[in-house]
Amino acid sequence: MTANTLEPTLYEISQAGRIGTNLPKCDVPQTDIPAELLRTELIMPEVGELEVVRHFVRLSQKNYAIDKGFYPLGSCTMKYNPKINEDVARYPGFAGLHPLTDEEGSQGALAVMHQVQEWLAEVSGFEAVSLHPAAGAHGEFAGILMIRNYHIDRGEPHRNKILVPDSAHGTNPATVTMAGLSVIELPSDNNGDVDLAALKAVCEGPERGNIAGMMITVPSTLGLFERGILQIIQLVHDAGGLMYMDGANMNALMGIVKPGELGFDVMHFNLHKTFSTPHGGGGPGSGAVGVAKHLVPFLPTPHVKIVEEADESDEDDAPLYGFYKPEKTIGRMKAFHGNFGMLTRAFAYMAAYGGKGLHEVSRHAVLNANYIRARLSDTYHIPYDRYCGHEFVLEGHFEGVDNVHALDISKRLMDYGIHPPTNYFPLIVPEALLIEPTETETKETLDNFIDVMKKIAAEAHENPELLLSAPHVTPVSRLDEVRAAKQLVLCCAPLLKED
Amino acid sequence: MSYIPHTDLDRQQMLAAIGVTTIEDLFDAVPASHRFPKLNLPESLSEMEIAAEMQALSDANAHAGDYTIFRGAGAYHHFVPSAVNHILMRGEFYTAYTPYQPELSQGTLQATFEYQSMMCALTGLDAANASHYDGATSLAEAVTVALEVSRMKRKRVVLSPFIHPQYREVVRTYHQGRGLDIVGDDKPHTVAELVELLDTNTSMLAVQYPDFLGNIEDMQMLSQKAHAVGALFVMVVNPLALAILKSPADFGADIAVGEGQPLGVGLQYGGPYLGFFSVRNEYVRKIAGRIVGETLDADGRRAYVMTLRPREQDIKRDRASSNICTNQGLMALAACVHMALLGKNGLQQVAKLCYHKAHYAAAQIGKLDGFSIVNQKPFFHEFMVKCPRPVAEINAALIDEGIVGGYDLGQDYPHLKDHMLLAVTETNSKAEIDDLVSILESL
Repeated sequence: MTANTLEPTLYEISQAGRIGTNLPKCDVPQTDIPAELLRTELIMPEVGELEVVRHFVRLSQKNYAIDKGFYPLGSCTMKYNPKINEDVARYPGFAGLHPLTDEEGSQGALAVMHQVQEWLAEVSGFEAVSLHPAAGAHGEFAGILMIRNYHIDRGEPHRNKILVPDSAHGTNPATVTMAGLSVIELPSDNNGDVDLAALKAVCEGPERGNIAGMMITVPSTLGLFERGILQIIQLVHDAGGLMYMDGANMNALMGIVKPGELGFDVMHFNLHKTFSTPHGGGGPGSGAVGVAKHLVPFLPTPHVKIVEEADESDEDDAPLYGFYKPEKTIGRMKAFHGNFGMLTRAFAYMAAYGGKGLHEVSRHAVLNANYIRARLSDTYHIPYDRYCGHEFVLEGHFEGVDNVHALDISKRLMDYGIHPPTNYFPLIVPEALLIEPTETETKETLDNFIDVMKKIAAEAHENPELLLSAPHVTPVSRLDEVRAAKQLVLCCAPLLKED
Repeated sequence: MSYIPHTDLDRQQMLAAIGVTTIEDLFDAVPASHRFPKLNLPESLSEMEIAAEMQALSDANAHAGDYTIFRGAGAYHHFVPSAVNHILMRGEFYTAYTPYQPELSQGTLQATFEYQSMMCALTGLDAANASHYDGATSLAEAVTVALEVSRMKRKRVVLSPFIHPQYREVVRTYHQGRGLDIVGDDKPHTVAELVELLDTNTSMLAVQYPDFLGNIEDMQMLSQKAHAVGALFVMVVNPLALAILKSPADFGADIAVGEGQPLGVGLQYGGPYLGFFSVRNEYVRKIAGRIVGETLDADGRRAYVMTLRPREQDIKRDRASSNICTNQGLMALAACVHMALLGKNGLQQVAKLCYHKAHYAAAQIGKLDGFSIVNQKPFFHEFMVKCPRPVAEINAALIDEGIVGGYDLGQDYPHLKDHMLLAVTETNSKAEIDDLVSILESL
C-alpha cells in the first residue's frame, strides 16, 4: 500500500459493534435518563483501535511536513519545531491543569506565562505583552480594538480610519472591518516601500482628523525593510494616529530592531511562526500582542502580573503570580487564558536560544533568504532586487512561455520533493512566489532548492508540459476546485442530506 | 546552536555569493539609530536544563495527575485513549501548514473532512467548518452569521443568561464596534422573559444545552419562538452530551456551536481547545473559517480540498465577515481520532457514565446536612450545590485533601452566592466521589 492508494473514510471502514478503546464499567448505581431527552439516531463510525491507527498513519503519509523536507512557504516561517517543546507541553502539570484552578494551584503555569510576557516584551521593546489571543488574526483584532478604544477614551470616537498598504496580509483589512472601522488603502512605490507622498497626502488631507492608525508589516510582505519607517511612524503620529505592526515577519527582526523602540504602539506576534510552536496543519496558533505604555490599560483580560514580589533574602522564594483585569480593557477575546500549550513551547524555545541565540536566528534567517535571492536572480525576475529580510518575492513566469504560471512552478516543485513557496501573494506582484527558507535549513538544502528552481526554469522552456501537468508523484494530481465549490460535498456519504 | 546548522565555511560561501562581507551588511535599510539592540534574556539553556526547569514549573501546579478534579464550567477532565496522542505526535500532521496545496495535504484534508462529518452527526446539522479558536469565539462568530443573514438590519441579539459567562463576555468584545443591542443575560431571566425580548429586530436567540448550570432543557418552544420572529436559533452545546441527548437539529436549531475540548483534548490550562461550528445548509456560504469539501483530481480520483474560499479574508479582504485564518487544526484532528476510537458506542458509554456518576454524587451530597442540590431537572456533567459556607472556604479545605472542588457560581450570578457548580465525569471513580462526600460532611 503506497501513499497514493485511495484511503477509505472512517465511515467506509465502520462495522457495527466494533470499538477502538476499553472503558471502565459503571461503578455507581444507575439513574434513569428520561426517554424524552434521548436522541433516536447517531451516525458515528465503529472501528477497532488497530484500524483507527492504520487509517490515521496512512493519512499522515499523504501529508508534506517540515519533518519531511524543505518548506519555503513565504510569510509562514516554516522552521524546525524542536522535539523537546512537544515533550514539555505534555508534562502533566501543564497538560492536566484545569483552567479555572485557583491561582495558588496554578503558580507554575502563571510563572510560565509571566516569563513569556517578559521575554516577548524584551524582544519587541514593548511595555507589556498579552498572551490572550489565540492566533495572529486574533491578536490583530485585539490590537485594533485597543486603538479604537484608546481614541474613544480620549474623546475622539470619530477616528475610525485605518491606513493599510496594498501589500498587506488579507487579515489586516478584514480585522479593521471586524472592529467596526474602515480602511484607507495606500499604494506601494516602485521600490516596494510605502509610497510616502501618498501617505503624506492622506495624513495631511481631509481625513487627517479621522485617522485612528496605520497597520504595516515589517519587514513588508515583500520581505523588504521599509526604508522610510521612521518617517511613516512620524507622519501617522503627527496626524494623531497610532501605529500597528503586523509581527508575522518578526523572524527577521530579533536583535535587529525592536518595534517598540521604533515608535510602534502595538504589535502582534505569531508564536507559531517566529517562536516555532508548530503550525499543526492549520493551528493552533498563538497571537500574543505587545503594547506601548499608553495602551497597557486597554489590554485584553485577564492579564498575568506579579501579585507579591519574591523575598530577596531567600533565594528559594518565588514571586506570587495572579491575574488582573486591566482598567480599561477591551474585554475578553476567548474563554480562559489563551492557547497556554503554545506558551510552554515558546518558553522552551526562547530558553534554548537565550538573547544572543534569538539574534542569531534572525541573522541566519536573513542570510539564508539573501543567499537564495542572489543565486536565483540570474534565472528569475526578482522585482525588488535589493537586500531582503527573511523572505523575498520572485516572479514565476518566463518570457516566451506565456502559458507557464507561478502555480505550475509550484506544482512542479512537488515532483522534486519540495513544498512550493507561497504563490500569488503579495497581490501587487504578478505571478508572485514568496520564498522564506528560515534559519534552520542547511546550505545543502538551499543549494538543492536553487538547483531545482533552475532546472524547472529550463524545463519551462524546453518542455513546458512537464510543469503544466505537474504534480506527477503526489498522492493526488491537480484537483477540480470548481467542482468542489459547485457540487458541495462537506461530509461523508451516510450524513449527506438533500438540500 | 543545534537548530541553526551553519558552519563558518557555509557563512563565508553564502556571504560571497551574496556579495557582502558580513551578515550585518544585509541590514542597511534598518534605521542605524535603532539597529542591533541587545536582547536582555538569560543565557541559552541545554535541553537537559530546559527539561528540568519546566518539570519544576509543571510540578508546581495542582493538576489532574495528582489531584481529583470536580471542576468543569466549560473544561472537562475526560479519559483520552493513548492512540490519540500518538497520532498527534506524528510530524507529518503537526509540522504541516494549512492545507493550501491539496496535493501535499490529503492527510490533513481527509481527517478534517471526517471531523466535519462527525460534528454533523452529533449536531444533526448539515455542514461544519474546520474549527474556530474555542467555544466562546464560535458563539461570537455565530452572531456575525446571524447579522449577515439579516443583512445587518436586525441589531438585537438575545443571549440566555445560562450561557457560559465568559462566552457572553467574548460576544460583547467581538461586537463592541457594531452597535448591537445584546440583551437577555443581565439577570436570571426565565424562559418566558426571554421570549418577551424577541422582536422583529432580533437576529438570533442563543441558548446553552445543557446549560451552564448543568440543566438539560427542552428547547423546542424557544426554537419556535425565535423562528416566529424571523430570528435564527443558535445552540451552544456540549458535544459529548449529544452522544445521548436530542440533537440541535431535533429542536430545529439553525446553528450549533460549542467547545470541542471534551472530545479528546486535554485540560491544558484552557487551551488550545477547539471551537466547533455547524449549520443548516442554507447558511453554509455565510460562515467564517475553513471548510473542506470532496472533489475529484485530474485523474478522476476522490480527493479533498479547502472550498468556498472566496468567503475568506485573504481573498475578500475588508469585505470578509471575519479575519480568521489559523484555527485549531490539530485539535480538530485530536477530536477526529478520539471520536473514531470511541465510536458510536464508546461516546454513548462515556456520556452515560458522566450522567450516572453526576447523579450519584448529587444524591449523596444532597443527603448531607447544610448542603442541597438546586437542579430540579436532569442534568449532565454538573450540578449546583447550595453550601452552608462560602465556596472559597470549602475549596480551600478540599485542596488540602487533594481535591479541586467546584466552581464558585457567586462570582457570575449574585443570586447564587454560596453555590458551587460540581462536575463529575467518567474519570471520577465511586471511591473518589465517596471521598468528596465524606470530606464535605466533615467540614
